[in-house]
Amino acid sequence: MSTTDHVHDLGMPTSNPIDAAIAASVSTQGEKQTALKAKDFKTDQEVRWCPGCGDYVILNAVQSFLPSLGIAREDMVIVSGIGCSSRFPYYMNTYGMHSIHGRAPAIATGLAVSRPDLSVWVVTGDGDSLSIGGNHLIHALRRNVNITILLFNNRIYGLTKGQYSPTSEVGKVTKSTPMGSLDHPFNPVSLAIGAEATFVGRAMDSDRKGLTDVLRQAAEHQGTALVEIYQNCNIFNDGAFDLLKDPTTGTQWSIPLVHGEPLVFGPDGAACVVRDDFGGLRIAETNQVDASQIVVHDAHREDSSYAYALSRLSSQDLRYTPMGVFRSVQKATYDRMMAEQLDVAAAQGSDDLDAILGGNDTWTVSA
Amino acid sequence: MTATDPAVTAGSSAPGGFVKSVVELDRVVIRLAGDSGDGMQLTGNRFTSETASFGNDLSTLPNFPAEIRAPTGTLPGVSSFQLHFADHDIMTPGDAPDVLVAMNPAALKANLADLPGGGLLIVDSDEFTPRNLAKVGYAANPLEDGSLESWQTVSVPLTSMTLDALADSGLGKKEAERSKNMFTLGLLSWMYHRPTEGTVRFLERQFRRKPEIAAANIAAFRAGYNYGETTEAFAVSYEIKPAPMAPGKYRNISGNQALSLGLVAAAKRSGLPLFLGAYPITPASDILHELSKHKAFGIRTFQAEDEIAGIASAIGASFGGALGVTTTSGPGVSLKSEALALAIMTELPLIVVDVQRGGPSTGLPTKTEQSDLLQAMFGRNGEAPLAVIAPRSPGDCFDAAIEAARIAITYRTPVMLLSDGYLANGAEPWAVPAAEDLPDLTGTVDFATEPNGEDGEFLPYLRDPETLARPWAIPGTAGMQHRIGGLEKADRTGNISYDPENHDFMTRTRQAKIDGIAASIGPTDVDDPTGDAKVAVIGWGSTYGPIGAGVRRVRRSGRQVAQIHLRHLNPFPADLGEVLARYDRVICPEMNLGQLALLLRAKYLVDVQSHTQVRGLPFRAAELAAVIQDVIDSTSGAPLAADPTGGGE
Ligand SMILES: Cc1ncc(C[n+]2csc(CCOP(=O)(O)OP(=O)(O)O)c2C)c(N)n1
Ligand code: SF4
Ligand SMILES: [Mg+2]
Repeated sequence: MSTTDHVHDLGMPTSNPIDAAIAASVSTQGEKQTALKAKDFKTDQEVRWCPGCGDYVILNAVQSFLPSLGIAREDMVIVSGIGCSSRFPYYMNTYGMHSIHGRAPAIATGLAVSRPDLSVWVVTGDGDSLSIGGNHLIHALRRNVNITILLFNNRIYGLTKGQYSPTSEVGKVTKSTPMGSLDHPFNPVSLAIGAEATFVGRAMDSDRKGLTDVLRQAAEHQGTALVEIYQNCNIFNDGAFDLLKDPTTGTQWSIPLVHGEPLVFGPDGAACVVRDDFGGLRIAETNQVDASQIVVHDAHREDSSYAYALSRLSSQDLRYTPMGVFRSVQKATYDRMMAEQLDVAAAQGSDDLDAILGGNDTWTVSA
Repeated sequence: MTATDPAVTAGSSAPGGFVKSVVELDRVVIRLAGDSGDGMQLTGNRFTSETASFGNDLSTLPNFPAEIRAPTGTLPGVSSFQLHFADHDIMTPGDAPDVLVAMNPAALKANLADLPGGGLLIVDSDEFTPRNLAKVGYAANPLEDGSLESWQTVSVPLTSMTLDALADSGLGKKEAERSKNMFTLGLLSWMYHRPTEGTVRFLERQFRRKPEIAAANIAAFRAGYNYGETTEAFAVSYEIKPAPMAPGKYRNISGNQALSLGLVAAAKRSGLPLFLGAYPITPASDILHELSKHKAFGIRTFQAEDEIAGIASAIGASFGGALGVTTTSGPGVSLKSEALALAIMTELPLIVVDVQRGGPSTGLPTKTEQSDLLQAMFGRNGEAPLAVIAPRSPGDCFDAAIEAARIAITYRTPVMLLSDGYLANGAEPWAVPAAEDLPDLTGTVDFATEPNGEDGEFLPYLRDPETLARPWAIPGTAGMQHRIGGLEKADRTGNISYDPENHDFMTRTRQAKIDGIAASIGPTDVDDPTGDAKVAVIGWGSTYGPIGAGVRRVRRSGRQVAQIHLRHLNPFPADLGEVLARYDRVICPEMNLGQLALLLRAKYLVDVQSHTQVRGLPFRAAELAAVIQDVIDSTSGAPLAADPTGGGE
């Protein structure tokens, strides 16, 4: 999809013109300015994350790649919850709301549904989206509202100073779990696919190219897109993703997902993904299998069990980590369908206030 | 009949040959009671519609269990519908029924105590089987053991007569039996000279897709009517003349309907698109249902995953330039409180409708109460003021919704609209307003499109000096990008601020903004016809009807009392303190344990006398009249020419 197409897509929908008052306000400024630079997305607010925090890297990556999307700043809204990561909107020269803990997907849903002309983003943390806000996340995903969710996963509660989170590994020793955490973590990608997500991707904070690539696809996706971004919290969970970041071990354990390409990875392509005997997927040694057995990645597969199986490869060995776009399928979006219902209702009925005030049964008292 | 001087006005010859007389009454209270499966609410609503179109004034009180279908024939499964109609204007559904229709032993047992001696009791004798009697603990059949002697009891085999009437309908016994409510409605329609065409049309419409069911119900309805006309069991029918009403077009309306239409009207009259985010909850769900029907008005209704998402989505929509609304009942307000505070902090327009029910916790889902006032006022962390208003009658829910929108949009604030279960489900005739006569709210909407700062920047917290409202700049407007949120905002810029002076200033400013709403609401509405009452009775919300009826009785007894009823609970009208100070005594009846009284005492140092009940039902007018009368008499002694009864409404 070219960038110009995308601008059109985010422009005023012709099928369901937004209401007069809004349209008037929104259109007063004439032509949208979309030829922007990274600095145009910066604000005058001092960025207040700890030095070295992965959040900086993500912010820079987003600010650098956004201009290429061709979205006018005023047409973009970033809604966040609470957490270190949720400070994100303050640093972006777009519209933004730093809301309350866990509720950003619900706020974004109301906004995206009533303003399909906007590009609505959610920035959230692993605690924000998977603990207190878990309900809103899964429902946003299943509804397929047109929003893009960036889940900064540092596997820890950063803002509250280091308690374990729903993505922390079992046995995590933190201030609230001095003898190690007991509960089993969520795999956010598996959870999202189980919640009927139409787009699910995963990227690494420090991998500018990979991150940008997934973000672009997420932004262009029509419907709810979830991107899990591994983010280093160098204060409370430093090095959580070092295994994947290290040049040697990184290639060994990360599985790059490229649509249409065979799933081969590791040094010299020594490992690959094949089907197992139970309809799932498993890791094999490339030289031990026939080339035809190697799975060719298909992110557009309708049936989500394939993407789910990909997300479960880590159950074979926790370190195996597919990175990239797991799933990207087209499905009608909630906001469009609602707009269509409104169009149908408008075509079939009338908006005559007097008619509904009177209702079906009236009587008249004469003087 | 308790009505005054029933006058035999006419006689008519029944087909059977004997003469039936017609008695004229000024008002009647009928209560229909049956099993929840007997369709009593539907029957009541139909009788109400017939009565409304006949031109009586009326007021209704549906009363049903929280369970969809409690076990058949048991006391918890009893559902009832009370209707008060009259040839003059009335304010309540009536303290006690004049007529009780009991469709089974459980309905009789649950309701008989409310029927005054001498009242008319109609029972379906077919249902008084040993098994049904045993279910509710009747050792003997009350229809036979003489225990109903104090009432005019007419036992009618309603079920078997319905079956007879439908013998040729082709319906099975079970299905045919279900039309007995329509047979009963037919009988009552004859007794009270109700027009019948509306019900026939209604049944045709309702069962469009099942013509045989429509035909059976209409046949049963007609059979009931004809039975009344021919039977010797009922020798009298009653006439209640239409009530004089101001000329105009009327309809019958429930509180939830009126509230929904008020929201539609507010959207239309402000030019803002309406967005409703809601999670189903009794007794508020009907607002979600009603608004969902009006998509042609561009109304978006969103059934959220929970109460929090309901309000959160509405806040998101408001940020985007919609009129965001969320509707719920008390337990839902509890869940919404954190998001409510976000709306207070971000200063966005928002309407929160709380259709109050019995609490705490799940409480009494289908019963009425007004015990969420303090929750509405204070149920949030921090100093978190918002506007609170309440409707006084079912029809008034319409005006209250428009007023809520006016305040929310003008002042960029959440407004809590406190309806309750009684208003929501109760109905009354409503003078249909013309759309063009409704308040024009377009002036309240002024989206900011130009930077307001000296250096050409946009300052999202630079306020309107008069209303203290901040500018509403919506996404999509170029050059106005800004960030809002729940962290304390710096004055003018809206940047995050932890500055002590700023927090103190912003806290006081948010309060001042809400207090300032008083400037737009006019003085306290005091009803003190002679101007020399020493006692005032003050209320809010749905107690308006019972208090008003009580006040009428007191005045008819020759005593003076002032009635004050508050639409605005936060802020109060500016002169309320002065008004209260004029009276020696102030009584405040509430369906809670004294919440408004607490606020009035705290704010005005007035020795308000609280009179409370939380029975899940509205006050009785007679009870309130007695309370008011006692206070008056203990203040200034009984008047010389007091009529101790005070009469009816
Ligand atoms: C209702 C509520 N409960 C608790 C908190 C405290 N709190 C703030 S952020 C947070 C956890 C954040 O963790 P995460 O979402 O992973 O974000 P991170 O700081 O790691 O980016 C908690 C518990 C809060 N702000 N609101
Ligand atoms: S605590 Fe961790 S996540 Fe939060 S800002 Fe510091 S480094 Fe980043
Ligand atoms: Mg975290």
